[in-house]
Amino acid sequence: MNIPESLAFRTDVRQHERAFCHDRLRDMLRIRRLEERCAQLYGEQKIRGFLHLYIGEEAVAAGVMPNLAPQDNVVATYREHGHALLRGLRMEAIMAEMYGKQEGCSRGHGGSMHLFDRATRFYGGNAIVGGGLALAVGLALADVHLGREGAVTACFFGEGAVAEGAFHEALNLASLWRLPVLFLCENNLYAMGTALARSEANIELTALAASHGVEAAQVNGMNVLAVHEAAREAVRRVRQTRTPRFLELHTYRFRAHSMFDAELYRDKSEVERWKQHGPIHGFTDRLKAAGMLAEEEFQALDRAALDEVEAAVRFAEAGRWEPVERLLDDVVARP
Amino acid sequence: MSRTLSYREALREAHREALQRDPRVFLMGEDVGRYGGSYAVSKGLLAEFGEQRVRDTPLSELGFVGAGVGAALGGARPIVEVMTVNFSLLALDAIVNSAALMRHMSGGQFGVPLVIRMATGAGRQLAAQHSHSLENWYAHVPGLRVLAPATVEDARGMLWSALQDPDPVVIFEHAQLYNLEGELPEPWTQDIAHAALRREGRDLSIVTHGGCLPKALEAARQLEGEGISAEVLDLRVLRPLDDVAIAATVAKTRRLLVVDEGWRSGSLAAELMARVVESALFYELDAPPARVCSEEVPIPYAKHLEEAALPQPAKIVAAARRLLGR
Repeated sequence: MNIPESLAFRTDVRQHERAFCHDRLRDMLRIRRLEERCAQLYGEQKIRGFLHLYIGEEAVAAGVMPNLAPQDNVVATYREHGHALLRGLRMEAIMAEMYGKQEGCSRGHGGSMHLFDRATRFYGGNAIVGGGLALAVGLALADVHLGREGAVTACFFGEGAVAEGAFHEALNLASLWRLPVLFLCENNLYAMGTALARSEANIELTALAASHGVEAAQVNGMNVLAVHEAAREAVRRVRQTRTPRFLELHTYRFRAHSMFDAELYRDKSEVERWKQHGPIHGFTDRLKAAGMLAEEEFQALDRAALDEVEAAVRFAEAGRWEPVERLLDDVVARP
Repeated sequence: MSRTLSYREALREAHREALQRDPRVFLMGEDVGRYGGSYAVSKGLLAEFGEQRVRDTPLSELGFVGAGVGAALGGARPIVEVMTVNFSLLALDAIVNSAALMRHMSGGQFGVPLVIRMATGAGRQLAAQHSHSLENWYAHVPGLRVLAPATVEDARGMLWSALQDPDPVVIFEHAQLYNLEGELPEPWTQDIAHAALRREGRDLSIVTHGGCLPKALEAARQLEGEGISAEVLDLRVLRPLDDVAIAATVAKTRRLLVVDEGWRSGSLAAELMARVVESALFYELDAPPARVCSEEVPIPYAKHLEEAALPQPAKIVAAARRLLGR
């Protein structure tokens, strides 16, 4: 798999405010440090089940999320720690969820793949590939039906979901009914271990979206500023026109699909090549070169992220197991 | 006070009431609008309520049932009509993986107050892909409430109650019942939690639901002529099952005959029998429980074969006689 020329970091960081750039760097570092610790905790068997890391893809969530407003809905996948965090879930609640503790954001019922939060309209955490797409259409339909003007539903999914019928059904419905959904396709090139070209006859994903009448664009998903700019424009258009938009975000997963993946389907050299385009160090280098970030400032941001992670670990460790007597609660509402 | 109307008209009235009473309610499904509903349930509602409230969908069951789940999550009160239970298999992911699991998976944060209606059952020579009874598939799933209105009164009363449920409700309408005429008492019941005794008897309990209720009642009438007094319990609610009502009738008659249009293996009938024999009621029984189910064959087109595949009054009568050793 060759690295597209378009992934070069072309944005001139000097066109952005220093504080804004630091915020985006902070966002990415928070995700990175959280997940590195999660991988470690998985090795210590503190976190079990499936654990899908977003490492390498942070620029996507970090670029999109600041463009969303409190009334907007977010639907994500099973690789959603970063989305949840930047949507505003407390890192403690995320970590406690991964521990399976009742202080977790889903009371320990969901784990890594099922992070939910009512307060921030974060609708999961969906472990069915493509499972969130129709949900997003419905959330937008409810906004329209109930007259919630201006609300946008942001729906993240991987390129693997494009092979699902649900993808086409959802895009058609959103387009046909003119619903305010922003479809965000995180194209990290592999659906587990199956490369896009081995699963799709047409790998022009924007063309597939356009065939449903949905305006679509490709974005360098390794460049947080490019993602932010594209998402800002797309969100603005969805909000204004009440019609869907589609963004394909080119990105790459640096870690294995899950903790059980031996990565037989790609060369280490490919991963190393992509790491040269890493979303954090590429951005950091340019900020430093432009005189917009001192090494001490970077260290301070990184230290803050690491401290937050350790506080989250302490919170999760101190959390309690849900009493088994509550096992059957929350299957249906209590009368 | 009561009046006579059809099951279809009762359903239509229930929809009209829901659309009038709650602006959050809307109906969507294939051909529910201009066509008037594949079983004509929603005929006239588009003109009355407009396209935002009565929404025709493309033929994408996964898409529009999933959108119903999302709309319910977002605070609307959608009624989603799926043409038949066979087609609902295309939407199983939305119903099971999303709607049914959401509340628990989210630690109780997100409920899905969605109502999904669909036709079920055979008897109209629609052949294998339009005729099955898969209620038990849905009744298997924690998180769902499953209803089977078998009378005009329940067709009228269950929908509004289902819409008040904070969790997803699946309503099965047997295709043979739409033309059924019956009395609608005033006020009608809105209960969606209990079974209903449709006929009292002493010698055996026939427990059934949906399209088999008229057949069970017909069999009970025939048995009466033979001096056998059959009690008929209409389950009405297939999940959660009304264990109290089931136990009460079995304790009374000491003989259980389950009539279920689903296939025998892994059927709802099997679940009912298991619940009785694994409880202390086992010692009260005067005979092993029996069941009349559909034959284990895809429902055939030819009329005589279709009839042979399904529970029929004659089969119920014969099973009742065997249960009584006659």
